[in-house]
Amino acid sequence: MAALRGTTRHAADRNKMALTTIVLILTGLAVAGYLAGARRAYASVGGPSNLRRLHSLPGYHGFFVAICCLLPALLVLLLWVVVEPRAVVVLVTQGLPEAARGLSEGELNLLINNIRNLAAGDVVSGQVDAMLTDAALRYTELSRLGRTLSAVLVFGIAVLGAVLAWRRIGTDFRARHKVESVVTGLLVAASSIAILTTIGIVASVLFEAIRFFREVPLTEFLFGLNWSPQTAIRADQVGSSGSFGAVPLFAGTLLITAIAMAVAAPVGLMTAIYLSEYAPPRVRDVAKPLLEVLAGIPTVVYGFFAALTVAPVIRSAGEAMGLAVASESALAAGLVMGIMIIPLVSSLSDDAIKAVPRAMRDGALGLGSTRSEAMLHVILPAALPGIVGGILLAVSRAIGETMIVVMAAGLAANLTANPFEAVTTVTVQIVTLLVGDQEFDSAKTLAAFALGLVLFVVTLCLNVLGLQFVRKYREQYE
Amino acid sequence: MASPEFNKLQAMDESQNKLRQQGGETSARPTTNGAVRRPPASREAAPGTTVGQVRARNAFLTAEDVNVHYGDIHAIKNVTLEIGRNEVIALIGPSGCGKSTFLRCLNRMNDTIESARVTGRIMLDGQDIYSKDLDPVALRARVGMVFQKPNPFPKSIYDNVAYGPRIHGLAADRSELDHIVHKSLDRAGLLKEVKDRLDEPGTSLSGGQQQRLCIARTIAVNPEVILMDEPCSALDPIATARIEDLMDELSENYAIVIVTHSMQQAARVSQRVAYFHLGNLIEVDETEKIFTNPRTKLTEDYITGRIG
Ligand SMILES: Nc1ncnc2c1ncn2[C@@H]1O[C@H](COP(=O)(O)OP(=O)(O)O)[C@@H](O)[C@H]1O
Ligand SMILES: [Mg+2]
Repeated sequence: MAALRGTTRHAADRNKMALTTIVLILTGLAVAGYLAGARRAYASVGGPSNLRRLHSLPGYHGFFVAICCLLPALLVLLLWVVVEPRAVVVLVTQGLPEAARGLSEGELNLLINNIRNLAAGDVVSGQVDAMLTDAALRYTELSRLGRTLSAVLVFGIAVLGAVLAWRRIGTDFRARHKVESVVTGLLVAASSIAILTTIGIVASVLFEAIRFFREVPLTEFLFGLNWSPQTAIRADQVGSSGSFGAVPLFAGTLLITAIAMAVAAPVGLMTAIYLSEYAPPRVRDVAKPLLEVLAGIPTVVYGFFAALTVAPVIRSAGEAMGLAVASESALAAGLVMGIMIIPLVSSLSDDAIKAVPRAMRDGALGLGSTRSEAMLHVILPAALPGIVGGILLAVSRAIGETMIVVMAAGLAANLTANPFEAVTTVTVQIVTLLVGDQEFDSAKTLAAFALGLVLFVVTLCLNVLGLQFVRKYREQYE
Repeated sequence: MASPEFNKLQAMDESQNKLRQQGGETSARPTTNGAVRRPPASREAAPGTTVGQVRARNAFLTAEDVNVHYGDIHAIKNVTLEIGRNEVIALIGPSGCGKSTFLRCLNRMNDTIESARVTGRIMLDGQDIYSKDLDPVALRARVGMVFQKPNPFPKSIYDNVAYGPRIHGLAADRSELDHIVHKSLDRAGLLKEVKDRLDEPGTSLSGGQQQRLCIARTIAVNPEVILMDEPCSALDPIATARIEDLMDELSENYAIVIVTHSMQQAARVSQRVAYFHLGNLIEVDETEKIFTNPRTKLTEDYITGRIG
């Protein structure tokens, strides 16, 4: 038993090593292919002195050979790495005794996990019997075979590719264009990763949300006034069946966003005006980096600033005036969120103001306007679309902001417009729905996806609208 | 240089234009003896000394020993120049010689450039425009400016013209404002083309119309001097001709200082020409004399196209 453990652990390490080795050797082959290709290109015109007769420079021929060597081999290797474990599992399962194969799917999975663990030398749950040992040995055997096969196959393909490419090299061979198209392909692949991921995320949110809407009608979700997502997990449990009216969440989000924008829009805009038109260069040189620092503070830091510093101050101030203030209030979260968004508003507004041509400003000043008249009557109206676009982007940021509201706004889904009460937001609820032990199929968990979908749609619309404004405005002055 | 007596004589004369048309009045000037008028062509002006006639009859705007620095760049060097009432004076010279800089001294637009420093004395109608108790904002209403590129505000045609009267409170009510707007557009020769579309944005006009709109906007605040910095360089020949006609009419009421790169334009619109070179004012004289008989080699080279 111990011996088996020893050898199998060793085997697992070797398995990883083997992959690294294969890749290293492939790289070596590619380098060799590059050199051989370049050399053949030189040789085909009889030396460097006749280089001009080559269609492509020797380096391109070298790259072409290297790519033909590396690319197909790597693809096959990738395929192998994905397929091999499954194939091995299938083969091992087929070798199991009749009784074991008759097990239910779940039990079979457990068994195979045990075999795999034993083969890898990890802890095994339950009794290690002869059948398990047998299967583990076979597993190891097959893996080793697979490794050898893959190495042979991959190297074969690499060498074959290199040789075929090498033979095509000649004076007229257009290696430059071939390399170009491979590079294009690589760039396309890289950029599709981001796009495909986005599509994947949207699709998954959409599907889960649709599952949610099968259990809770869309109208109840969008227009219901009561949010209490607790559902009974066991049939005998005391508890409601949960209600999923999201209006209190939308209202809470709206309230906090409104407070945040009431702070960020005027302060950010005035900051931008001051910095772009009034501030002496020395002030500007200090203030701009400071604003950037403000933008760089992690939101969790703003969060505890809101919860531990601002909220108590608001509470005691409110109580001094005889107002009832919850310890977690919409006001605290909104104020701090507003401060967080100031740099975003000010930098986008600053861009918009800067983009107004100097001629506009000179025209106003030349007619005898003061600086603030020129700003108010001419520059701001000209910059307005850009500023509006920036503010829309900031709103979208505020709606999606999570950390500050999780820490400072509270969890109670109150439907209220009173900023001194605790409210909750869409993002906070998504977090609470998914944190902790959850049954993945319950309406409660799925509700998070529905909320996520709403959030996504709203911020997407705001961003599109905002960017539209910003772009239209840019065109105006180009 | 014109003697004080000569200036007094001119001031007493009831019509400037009539005098100009006489053409021969220059022969009466003390300085215009043959020896000074025809120096050897190779003679160069020393920096800060200007050849010709820097004094104007009936001077209205006077620059004395003006120097402008942008940080370390000395852009205008000891320039002295007088601009007469109802005179059109053209500033010419190669690019970067300081024409725009000098022009911007005259309405203190250089104040809006952080690095610019202006020294010397500039008098508008006997008042030092750089003195502490003069408000540059009020000054710019008296010395209007038209820029190289037409720069109408992103407002309606009406609001563009009404902008100046509004901020300076020149109109008591709407009908008075209407009157000012119409009169200004009319004087800028634009009223016929736009009177049915005053609500449309100023940017919807053609380039030439936009420039005339900017001129209307400038004269709406009733300035005493109009500065024009290459006002036609972005316009086609037909629009240019219209603006030139306009300048002729405007010179009846205003002193006009125009920067131009076109010799023909300078010859057509101006009574005097000032030639700048590397921040120095090289030569100033009657337009005809500058173009037919320049006194310095630099001026001659420039107007004959040997200096770009
Ligand atoms: N805002 C400025 N900052 C620094 N230097 C300037 C500025 N404006 C003009 N200059 C410099 O002053 C000189 C004169 O410029 P300018 O008056 O624009 O010439 P012109 O109008 O005759 O072409 C040039 O050398 C130019 O580089
Ligand atoms: Mg210029």
